Amino acid sequence: MEVVILQRFLDTNYCLFVMQIKLVGNLLLALLFVFSMNANASSHSESSEKDVKSEIKEGIDHHLIDSYEFTITHGVSMPLPVILIDNGVHIFSSSEFHHGESVVEKAGNFYTIVHGRIYKTDADGTITHTEPNDKGQVFVANEKPLDFSITKNVFMIILMALFMFFLFKGVSKSYASQLPTGAGRFLEPLVVFVRDEIARPNIGEKHYKKYMSYLLTVFFFIWFLNLVGMMPFGVNVTGNITITFSLAIMTFVITNFTAKKDYWGHIFWMPGVPKPMRIVLAPIELLGVLIKPFALMIRLYANMSAGHIVLMSLVGLIFVFQSWAAAGPVLGLTLALSLLELLVAALQAYIFTMLTALYFGMAVEEHGDH
Amino acid sequence: MEKLIHDFSFGLFIWQSLIFIVLIFLLKKFAWKPILSSVEDREEGIRSALDEAKLAKEEMAQLKSANEDLLKEARAEREAMLIEARAIKDKIVGDATAAAKEEASKITAAAKSAIEGEKKKAMVEIKNQVAEMSIEIASLILKENLSSDANQKALAEKYVKDLNLN
Repeated sequence: MEVVILQRFLDTNYCLFVMQIKLVGNLLLALLFVFSMNANASSHSESSEKDVKSEIKEGIDHHLIDSYEFTITHGVSMPLPVILIDNGVHIFSSSEFHHGESVVEKAGNFYTIVHGRIYKTDADGTITHTEPNDKGQVFVANEKPLDFSITKNVFMIILMALFMFFLFKGVSKSYASQLPTGAGRFLEPLVVFVRDEIARPNIGEKHYKKYMSYLLTVFFFIWFLNLVGMMPFGVNVTGNITITFSLAIMTFVITNFTAKKDYWGHIFWMPGVPKPMRIVLAPIELLGVLIKPFALMIRLYANMSAGHIVLMSLVGLIFVFQSWAAAGPVLGLTLALSLLELLVAALQAYIFTMLTALYFGMAVEEHGDH
Repeated sequence: MEKLIHDFSFGLFIWQSLIFIVLIFLLKKFAWKPILSSVEDREEGIRSALDEAKLAKEEMAQLKSANEDLLKEARAEREAMLIEARAIKDKIVGDATAAAKEEASKITAAAKSAIEGEKKKAMVEIKNQVAEMSIEIASLILKENLSSDANQKALAEKYVKDLNLN
């Protein structure tokens, strides 16, 4: 029962938080609208105004999606290896695409990049699109090759994995003298926090130890990547649906593979309720098993993407106003929101780990006491 | 939703899952296990040190109370010993006094009897001496009285008279 209440509480908090983000977003849109109206009235033509806005939107989209090159600053970028499996393995540098402007030919197949994804095409680079859906969204209909490229996100994940490995290996080595030195002094309280505030109360004293490695890794991985996302290289790893899907699926797999009999008993044959109700509850509970990791995936993705979109929209405002006067307040707002994002970076890592621990706790809970 | 599905990249998923799983196992072996075990060791050490301190404190208290008991006992023993000593002293003094008295009375008695004996002896001696002296005196007198015939005759006549009177 406590668990359910806690979950409600967390979800309420989360909802409030999302509402705040939405509120800020709406406010920004309103501001954007008002100021652009003024701008229209004063000097600029409507078409050029639209261009700026759509350019900003494209910029934000471009920032959010994965990429085949690592952009350090505008115009300076490092090409990354492309690995395609399509009638054999093709490995080549992404520089062959010339920033997505040219078509690459490998073993008689032609490839091109559209919106950060490689598609099969013909020698002319023809791209076909789907019919617009009910929201008016149009997608590329071309076939996709199996793409194992080291993209910007993969590159960042590898860097982060190496960073975490050497950081925590160093920390563990510093324990030779019983007390940690250096980074360990800062990181140990966090490790103990994950153990004492996340794992122990949610999973229980008996089972928490076997989940510690996953919980600690996932906590620091998400937190560090969230923080890296705030650095000015435009890396948005945790705001990528594939990454959050992978993390959520791991929680899902671990939860269901380590689940005890009681867990499945509560799903398929809920004790303590009348029999007809049990039949009704079973599919609902089963759906819940899928919804839990789905919520994890969407929560992290939405929060991190929202943060990036809001921050970049704010910066974009400067270009919409085309005035230095706007820079001051906008920079102030950006600073305030960046601070909020710093909090969100830690908060989302905490929530993901917390809920993961909660699900593990449900899986191993023994209901002998009721 | 359609956009999210469209955004999903299978290659990225495989890379992320693979790297993340490897990272979990590497960190488990090289970081989490040693870190958590040393943290636990330290906690255990602190806990046992606290327990030990508590135990030592209790032991100290016990030792203190034991000491106090011992002191009390010693005090009581000293008291008892003093009382005993006093009693012994009184007894010794009493005994000595009694013995001395007895001795003294004995001595006095002995002295008295000795004095009595001496006195008797002296009396006897005096008596003897007196008898001797009387005899001597008598003999002297007799010698003087009987030196003349008339005296002797008178005496004899006296005795005869005495005899006749009988």
